[in-house]
Amino acid sequence: MTKVAVVDFGTGNLRSVAKAIEHVSRNVCVVVTDDPDRVHAADHVVFPGQGAIGTCIRAIDQKGLRDALMEALHTKPFLGICLGLQALYSFSEEHEGTPCLGVLEGEVKHLTHVRENVQWPRDLKIPHMGWNTVRQNQPHPLWSSIASDARFYFVHSYCAVGENDSEVLGLTEYGGSFTSAAGRDNLFATQFHPEKSQRDGLTLLRNFVAWDGTG
Amino acid sequence: MGLAKRVIPCLDVDAGRVVKGVRFVDIRDAGDPVEVACRYDQQGADEITFLDITASSDDRDTIVHVVEDVASEVFIPLTVGGGIRSLDDIRRMLIAGADKVSINTAAVYRPEFVGEASDHFGVQCIVVAIDAKRVAGGEQPRWEIFTRGGRTPTGIDAIAWGKRMADLGAGEILLTSMDRDGTRDGFDLALTRAVADAVPVPVIASGGVGSLEHLAEGIIDGHADAVLAASIFHFGEYTVVQAKHRMAEEGIEVRL
Repeated sequence: MTKVAVVDFGTGNLRSVAKAIEHVSRNVCVVVTDDPDRVHAADHVVFPGQGAIGTCIRAIDQKGLRDALMEALHTKPFLGICLGLQALYSFSEEHEGTPCLGVLEGEVKHLTHVRENVQWPRDLKIPHMGWNTVRQNQPHPLWSSIASDARFYFVHSYCAVGENDSEVLGLTEYGGSFTSAAGRDNLFATQFHPEKSQRDGLTLLRNFVAWDGTG
Repeated sequence: MGLAKRVIPCLDVDAGRVVKGVRFVDIRDAGDPVEVACRYDQQGADEITFLDITASSDDRDTIVHVVEDVASEVFIPLTVGGGIRSLDDIRRMLIAGADKVSINTAAVYRPEFVGEASDHFGVQCIVVAIDAKRVAGGEQPRWEIFTRGGRTPTGIDAIAWGKRMADLGAGEILLTSMDRDGTRDGFDLALTRAVADAVPVPVIASGGVGSLEHLAEGIIDGHADAVLAASIFHFGEYTVVQAKHRMAEEGIEVRL
């Protein structure tokens, strides 16, 4: 049995993430937890999130999860979802600037700041909500059996702009282009919600559960 | 390629069954919510909305179980509306597996509730439902907010209300024309366009869909980001697949 820990820092619809992972594999034991020991003990770690980045980063420290998360980020198959992608960059514009975990190179910006001269709000409703395409920027085991430009479900107002092209695994257009999937080594993160993206999302989760954390 | 316009089947749920009323009366049974939701998921629905129209508080828990059951089988976004009045109500629905809740009457009685809800749970899960009706007077068309299933006028202007709700933290507006709901005459396109152009958040058009052409009109002429319909899907008249193909023929970007 693969032990999957879904890290609970008090926001978001964690039940869906856990249910979706259970749905794609009989061979997993999924725990939703805020206990650092259980994160340490897991084989795979999922770091989902919704809401505000400041709350997320504060909760990581309040719950004493930072060490367990940093260890997982460097040692085991790790999947960040939504805020769980944004938190991996060094800095987010949200809340007049929030320092994040700094594992990936780049910054998190408000969607209106990704490109100048968009007609807002008519051409760019925020949040970016719904099904958009993800252009695969690099081959990756988690893209297995998923077409480039497949649609995934997004809901967010801030987005990451990766600075290191080798860490940018997927790109999406909304006003401008942003990093919709990112990663390196044992780490994969998505701005979209695979647990809400029907067939292709479930395929990605199945690929994650089967992944050994190497390229 | 970009963001697709969404097609959202709506399930009115009463005491654990899907029903559909015409202008809030004449309720017809349309099946088991889990079966119906799974069918729409298979057809490519972009989201599913549940509206709990149960009047009795004894049956209020039923919708929680419906959401739990559906969320274990269907991996697309789920919205629940009807009777959402407190942060606890929202928490229960999110824990059950809903991704968004839709707030209607409670927002009219206490607008600050929308702000508290989005501060607490994030704008991404707070939908404000607006039931609007055309009112007489003046040269320009005007629409007012109605509550209690369209029976009680509030005197509040629908467009101003939509803007205020977005300011307070609504992540999306579900806009229903009370004049059109259940009529199958199509959306109130002037209303839809007026609200969609005025608010910075996505708008879901609702009320009046009787044909696939109406769905396309809601996007093209109504400027809506998503279209919601109930009866045209429930009784097997059209599938979601047919709806999306028709919209694609009209040049609308959809997820096929």
